[in-house]
Amino acid sequence: MIRHLLSGADLDADTATQILDTAAEMAAVAGREVKKLPALRGRTVVNLFYEDSTRTRISFEAAAKRLSADVINFSAKGSSVAKGESLKDTALTLQAMGADAVVVRHPASGAPHRLADWVDGSVVNAGDGTHEHPTQALLDAYTMRSRLGRLAGLSVAVVGDVLHSRVARSNVLLLSTLGAKVTLVGPPTLIPVDIAAALAPGTDVCYDLDAVLPTSDVVMMLRVQRERMNDSYFPSAREYARRYGLDGPRMGRLPEHAIVMHPGPMNRGMEITPEVADSPRSTIVEQVANGVSVRMAVLYLLLGGNNR
Amino acid sequence: MAYPPAARSSPPRQPSVKVILTSADLHRVVDRIAHQILEKTQGAADTVLLGIPTRGAPLADRLAARISSFEGISVPVGVLDITLYRDDLRRHATRAVGPTQLPAGGIDGKRVILVDDVLFSGRTVRAALDALGDLGRPASVQLAVLVDRGHRQLPIRADYVGKNIPTALAENVKVTLAETDGADEVRLHGEETPS
Repeated sequence: MIRHLLSGADLDADTATQILDTAAEMAAVAGREVKKLPALRGRTVVNLFYEDSTRTRISFEAAAKRLSADVINFSAKGSSVAKGESLKDTALTLQAMGADAVVVRHPASGAPHRLADWVDGSVVNAGDGTHEHPTQALLDAYTMRSRLGRLAGLSVAVVGDVLHSRVARSNVLLLSTLGAKVTLVGPPTLIPVDIAAALAPGTDVCYDLDAVLPTSDVVMMLRVQRERMNDSYFPSAREYARRYGLDGPRMGRLPEHAIVMHPGPMNRGMEITPEVADSPRSTIVEQVANGVSVRMAVLYLLLGGNNR
Repeated sequence: MAYPPAARSSPPRQPSVKVILTSADLHRVVDRIAHQILEKTQGAADTVLLGIPTRGAPLADRLAARISSFEGISVPVGVLDITLYRDDLRRHATRAVGPTQLPAGGIDGKRVILVDDVLFSGRTVRAALDALGDLGRPASVQLAVLVDRGHRQLPIRADYVGKNIPTALAENVKVTLAETDGADEVRLHGEETPS
């Protein structure tokens, strides 16, 4: 088993499948009388969050607690980071406290990789800058597998701001490892040149959403971050919504079995209309529930045994 | 430093393999346990069989099949994976988690009979009891094993024993079943010095 989870590329097909299979067993815990397993008793998991996050932090916290680990939440606001402490000094502090795993979210791409050199415990990347978010990719893959029964051979359209999306990058890496075919869709300004070749050969790029819909098994809508809306990547929010937003008529062009995903938080009316977000095809709420199971699987496989 | 093999002071140890139960013996033993369960539970009402993977699971299926053929009673069968409850998780590389399947009626208020192939230290059963406690509240818990080889490290005993096999700690009891290994047999693997 791997020691850290920093990138979707850290996982080969066997390891990724093992995580998804373990997550399926972990999911059963949510339906039990006692929603707790003793597997990580006495282990300490630190949630080190330099960026605001609700669902990811709560999801990791719930996952660690269901496995009986002790959880320490650390957010940059109101901590010594606000007084100017460097990432390395914070890491050494956590190390001294005996953290067995550090779950880190950081605005700088690559911060978890640096952290992995400084601490003895396992490092889990919970989103770094515009780089990667591997547990989101795992929970997306889990959701696709549980809805559609397989991953190999699926056509997945990832739609929106690929340029700034760590979710997109991790998903391309993981899904291509697991045999799905990813097509990146969005305005040319938001899809980096050569990204397909750089991440995973076989990934397609298309600038026309309507052309991709009829052959997609999965449509994954990415959030258009509000702060980007005035950065002239596209002329106006309304034009973006018209060309790349998923609405009812567009959803009607999808194959019968296709599902609609969104990593959240959504901008209703921008990249996705409420009609689509609340339809039975949407897996958005399921993705949140699956996130806990997948993160339990990751924490168990990283910390459960003696893997040093 | 390099001594020729012939120059060793003690003769090399030979592994020995002894068949304890043949396929026919094993079937008789399962039949007997099925009868004992029916006798001790007065007809196996409100009873659930839970097999502990790997080989407890097919054994539980067999017991249920035999009970059904003897008295026409269908006893619910499930699988209880105890990986996450083991006390030695940290001593080994991470173990794969297997499926746990409880029968539709659940285990609350039922008589649960845990089924495993070999009873040795008792630690597996301890883990299974912990797992059961998180899944519900059975009225009572019993234990059925194909082989009891002794050397208990915890105060645990079986209610139904297929065969008691006195063993040395260095020896190893190997149960194979048609469902998991292709053939039914119980063997004792040990080391003995040729006399």
